[in-house]
Amino acid sequence: MSEAQLVEALTAPHKLQYTYKRSVGPVMGRFFTALRDEGKILGVRREDGSVMCPPKEYDPDTAAAISEMVEVGPGGEVVSWAWVSEPRAKQPCDRPFAYALIKLDGADTPLLHAIDCGREDAIRTGMRVTAKLADERVGHITDIRCFEPEA
Amino acid sequence: MADEKGPVEIVQTPVELDYTYTAGQAATRFLKGVEQGKFLGQRCPVDGLVYVASRGSSPKHGVPTGPDTVEVSDKGTLISFSIVRIPSANLSVEPPFAAISVLLDGADSHLMHVLDECPLEEVRMGMRVEAVWLPKDQWTASMQNVTHFRPTGEPDAPFDSYKDHL
Ligand SMILES: [Zn+2]
Repeated sequence: MSEAQLVEALTAPHKLQYTYKRSVGPVMGRFFTALRDEGKILGVRREDGSVMCPPKEYDPDTAAAISEMVEVGPGGEVVSWAWVSEPRAKQPCDRPFAYALIKLDGADTPLLHAIDCGREDAIRTGMRVTAKLADERVGHITDIRCFEPEA
Repeated sequence: MADEKGPVEIVQTPVELDYTYTAGQAATRFLKGVEQGKFLGQRCPVDGLVYVASRGSSPKHGVPTGPDTVEVSDKGTLISFSIVRIPSANLSVEPPFAAISVLLDGADSHLMHVLDECPLEEVRMGMRVEAVWLPKDQWTASMQNVTHFRPTGEPDAPFDSYKDHL
């Protein structure tokens, strides 16, 4: 095709959306219900006595059904993190923040959530953080608005 | 708070991706035609088949189509359809409706669109249909210029006339 025939290509915004719903099951169901109604974060106790948060329905080693819920947090320790310098519209903070793995007090596994601490140099592995709950809670992980450095 | 809310059983986990779609040369040419109320295609130089809308190359031969554009009719034959009964977010048409494949007269590839002005139980392969356009002053470079297709009332096209395009 010769160059003279080239046209200026049209562009348009294109939004791709999948409106997924997820059944949470009995254990995650209790996690979300306690978070919504009582503002509590629950983990689940495994057969060996350790506590997983986020909770699972089955023990990852023995595959035994587990359902004993225990309260964990709201404080915890940063296990790992990644700085998000340009947050996107649907991300949990509208200013730069960290996605982090946070091991809550009383839990033996870390929870993935956002830490709102303003600047990248304000976060480090091993730092203490605490959960800030959303004002209006609906039964979703965003009922924890974010974590913040412990005062 | 909320004993009456009941336990949480479902969470909404929408996925949303914001793109800027660039139509590229081939689709831009097609849409510029639609802006003028025309369906433009391009011919494969190997077998002469007319693709509407052309993606710029022949899927069969892997060579560029064109360079000339070919105008085809805004009437055609319904060659396949599906009755959509399940509502979904962002659907601009109220279910139930017929999603159809139209083989436009003069084209060898089909377009997907919506059939209206026709009872669902009468939708059938071979039905002759035509594009219904928005008023001309509302035309843009978008397939939304065509609100839907509707039956023309002509006798059905014989199966042999479109069997090679299914
Ligand atoms: Zn070809």
